[in-house]
Amino acid sequence: MTVDLELDCRGMLCPLPVIELGRRYAEVPPGGVVAVVATDVAARHDVPAWCRMRGQEYLGEDTAADGVPRYLVRVSAPG
Amino acid sequence: MTNAADRSGVPLPRYFDTASAEALHPAARQTLLAALDQGYADPRRLHGPARSARLLLDNARAVVAECLGVRPDEVSFTSSGTEAVHRGLLGLLAARPERGDRVVLSAVEHSAVVHAATWRRAEGHVEVGVDHLGRVDPDAVAEAARQPEVGAVAVQTANHEVGTVQPVAAVAAALDGVPLVTDACASMGRLPLPEGWSVAAGSAHKWGGPAGVGVLVVRKGVRWTTPFPSDDRVDERVAGFENVPAALAAAAALQAVVGERDEVNARQTALVDRVRAGVAAIPDVEVVGDPVDRLPHLVTFSCLYVDGEALVDGLARRGFSVASGSACTSSTLEPSRVLAAMGALTHGNVRLSLTRDASADDVDGFLAALPEVVAAIRADAGL
Repeated sequence: MTVDLELDCRGMLCPLPVIELGRRYAEVPPGGVVAVVATDVAARHDVPAWCRMRGQEYLGEDTAADGVPRYLVRVSAPG
Repeated sequence: MTNAADRSGVPLPRYFDTASAEALHPAARQTLLAALDQGYADPRRLHGPARSARLLLDNARAVVAECLGVRPDEVSFTSSGTEAVHRGLLGLLAARPERGDRVVLSAVEHSAVVHAATWRRAEGHVEVGVDHLGRVDPDAVAEAARQPEVGAVAVQTANHEVGTVQPVAAVAAALDGVPLVTDACASMGRLPLPEGWSVAAGSAHKWGGPAGVGVLVVRKGVRWTTPFPSDDRVDERVAGFENVPAALAAAAALQAVVGERDEVNARQTALVDRVRAGVAAIPDVEVVGDPVDRLPHLVTFSCLYVDGEALVDGLARRGFSVASGSACTSSTLEPSRVLAAMGALTHGNVRLSLTRDASADDVDGFLAALPEVVAAIRADAGL
């Protein structure tokens, strides 16, 4: 998976990872992929929920090199 | 606590957390005070004061049974709704050890159900998912219950966090003989019990009875054995000295609530509709749970980019007492299992549950304050 922007949200508590995503996803042009690397367990539910509410595409999760979950979002259009 | 303005015209704090606990119903208060003097003795003794206590306890049982549409000998009083859930579920498993002790449960059950199941057996239970409204599919539950070693099925009457009513009767009809326990703590008194279950549990402080009283109903003919040490008292399903005054007060409150519910439910349903519409108009706020087939008094929503604890605090500073299912407001720091199972946003969550006398003014005051509180928190976050 080619990631255009990776947001390091390790150690951040909810809702900070989603706030970071909301602030910065528009830096990536439509079609690009933003990755949220988050230790907070709520991100597993809230990144997909953010995608649904903001009309973006949730691609699923993989893991960063250090094993921390990484949630992938394809940017459709400015939400 | 009631929500009326005092004589000075200054609004009193608005209490919107009756799903956690509703203030004592006036009918319960009078009964409790009288019963404290009349019902202190040990109901199993044979002297006069004991007979008096016994009479009050039997009366409490009869009233609760009538309100719930069950037989008096099917009703036991526990020390809490949690204890009723624990005994109800574990007693089904204890009665049929040959059947196995895996539990099939909906993904949105109260933690009391989950804790009871995992106390009996750490692993092997089957969680059945829910749709985006938080409702289980009866056929999916029945399918899961056909797996080996399933000893009981647990499906709540209505969800305690989002209010969605579950298809309990349809689940019961689809099961092939596995007993069904229904946690009715969120709905008891407010809605009639559904059909088809073997065991039901309720909690008095959620309908305006005193805290410390739960109701366990085990249907006649259901195989159920006490899962905990018993004693030599009268009711074999529970142990310990009965809190007779509290049981009688709980029964009085239940009778009053059932008597008033047509009027109260209609009013609360309309007020919740008003909240749902008002809240949905705020940008990036999602109302969760079934809009129609739901508890009358409860509504839940989640606000994007908002910290749940800051939201509860901000509302409390303006006089509104609400609950939240967000991780930062929970003792475990885990997000709500209910919201997660529904695919709903888990942060920025608020649960509003109305008092029996809630008014349009109360709700409008909340709807006026909420957008400002949300906007201020989002501005602090730089959004």
